[in-house]
Amino acid sequence: MLLQVKDLDISYGERLTVAGASLELDKGEIMSIVGESGSGKTTVIRAIMGCLPGAGRVSAGSITFDGKDVLQNTPEQWRHMYGSEMSMIFQDSGNMINPIRRIGAQFIDYIQAHQPDKSKSQAYEMACQMLTNVRLPNPENIMNCYPFELSGGMRQRVGIAMAMIFSPKILLADEPTSALDVTTQAQIIRQIVDIRNEYNVAVIIVTHNIGVASYVSNKIMVMQGGKVVEYGKREDVIGNPQHEYTKQLLRAVPIIGGKCYYA
Amino acid sequence: MPNKNNAVKPTYERSKVILDIKHLTKQFKVDDGRLLTACNDISLRAYEGKTLGIIGESGCGKSTLVRTLLQIQPATSGEAIFEGHDLLKNRGEESRQDRRKIQMVFQDPTAAFNPKMLVKDILTEPLKNFGLIKKDEVDAKAAELLEMVELPASFKDRYPHSMSGGQRQRLGLARALTLEPKIIVCDEATSALDVSVQEKVCELLCRLQKEKNITYLFIAHDLGLVDLMCHQVAVMYLGNVVEWLEHGRIAESCKHPYTKALMKAVFKVDFRPGEKIEPIEGEIPSPLDLPPGCPFASRCEHCTEQCMQQKPALKEVEHGHWVACHLYK
Repeated sequence: MLLQVKDLDISYGERLTVAGASLELDKGEIMSIVGESGSGKTTVIRAIMGCLPGAGRVSAGSITFDGKDVLQNTPEQWRHMYGSEMSMIFQDSGNMINPIRRIGAQFIDYIQAHQPDKSKSQAYEMACQMLTNVRLPNPENIMNCYPFELSGGMRQRVGIAMAMIFSPKILLADEPTSALDVTTQAQIIRQIVDIRNEYNVAVIIVTHNIGVASYVSNKIMVMQGGKVVEYGKREDVIGNPQHEYTKQLLRAVPIIGGKCYYA
Repeated sequence: MPNKNNAVKPTYERSKVILDIKHLTKQFKVDDGRLLTACNDISLRAYEGKTLGIIGESGCGKSTLVRTLLQIQPATSGEAIFEGHDLLKNRGEESRQDRRKIQMVFQDPTAAFNPKMLVKDILTEPLKNFGLIKKDEVDAKAAELLEMVELPASFKDRYPHSMSGGQRQRLGLARALTLEPKIIVCDEATSALDVSVQEKVCELLCRLQKEKNITYLFIAHDLGLVDLMCHQVAVMYLGNVVEWLEHGRIAESCKHPYTKALMKAVFKVDFRPGEKIEPIEGEIPSPLDLPPGCPFASRCEHCTEQCMQQKPALKEVEHGHWVACHLYK
């Protein structure tokens, strides 16, 4: 088991935000966390990543990643894990990239920060190769662009490329397609599946689109108000939902050819 | 082909045309002197008490279209007939009076309100602008409007920041309803909401439409949602209407390759194992210096020599169904 989370409680100050979350994930598996905003989806993956903001802390439970208890990690140990063992893609990768530096300069910096023995031209080669892997045409051109010159979908691909460059064991994706068009969303989701197939990486996707979750996942976790209301294999959660909230979520997805709202 | 023998006319033909957009074009000048055509010769009709859905990827000109209609920016050419006069020729006071009847709900409910105004002031500000309300009526009117969008009346003394996204979007809708408009433009009004909240807002929209006979111009990029919400559907690509369906369901009768590609990009809940989504490749091309042919040619799987050379016109292929594609003659 690559990642094992047991009875996780997360509090912000005195307030308990997430209570009793448990999950297990193996290599090459994709898990989705679905639920509405404020249900604690992002808090869970931030806890796994060890980057809870402000007064957030894990108040009970354990997180075991690759046989290690990551809750005991020092900041220095975390720093070594980021990028090479765990990485994250955000809702808009444009916000993660420095807006006044070219993509290439940042990408090379990022590679050299983790692998100081790489020369600049080696790092450039690596970056171009990775950009090609995520189906970005003309990687040399992209490397020479500022973030605002790229569309949302292209920025998201750059985000995936940067996250995957050191083939981490787990990729955490926080609403990776919520800011995108339906067509681009489909491209990015397919890209994440391709990356999983190529690198055999475990993926956790946080989304509120249960259609996306149903398409990509091996496992689905449904959260409501800081509690896990349903967790299981995709087939079970989608095909035979037990909790009322899951059923409600499934009904709310607009399906082409479904019952009209105006009828 | 118009079917004249059909005795039972489709429901839309029994409704009155409320907004008739004819050959609307909007071009922007770019710094280096080139022209960016955001809306190219658009002709659409909206019917009273019905929903016209406009769908397309970002950058296809759907927001520009409604912004031009609302006179937020002037049109380059064309006309939009509303209540017997051309909206686009109005200036000053006339266009201010028109805005009473055409209101808008915005995509981002956080940015749409002044954060320092109380909910009751937000809701009654449009009435104040037109001198339709006295100070002592504000509370009662605000309570009435909040009730209409299924929010508790006690919200009137709150600030927008203390409300959730769905509640704020209801507030936006309540503000649009204040002046009892004929048309409400929903510019991606539900895109920022969770699916469960989105469903409730859509149900509310439809209930209000039935009660007040409002016309919606419903802009979205989710084909599934548009299919469930809209009576008429227009599909836009790079500033052009490529398909326009006046009745029936887009899922059953769509013909244009772009619409079909959009259909394939929708995530369904009940995927069968092994079933794959097939997103269209590439990005929407730049609207500057458009090639002479079909705007969709660069991403279309049926692209031929003719498509590269000649731009297909919007043709009526079936009664009330227009398609701009060389595949359909």
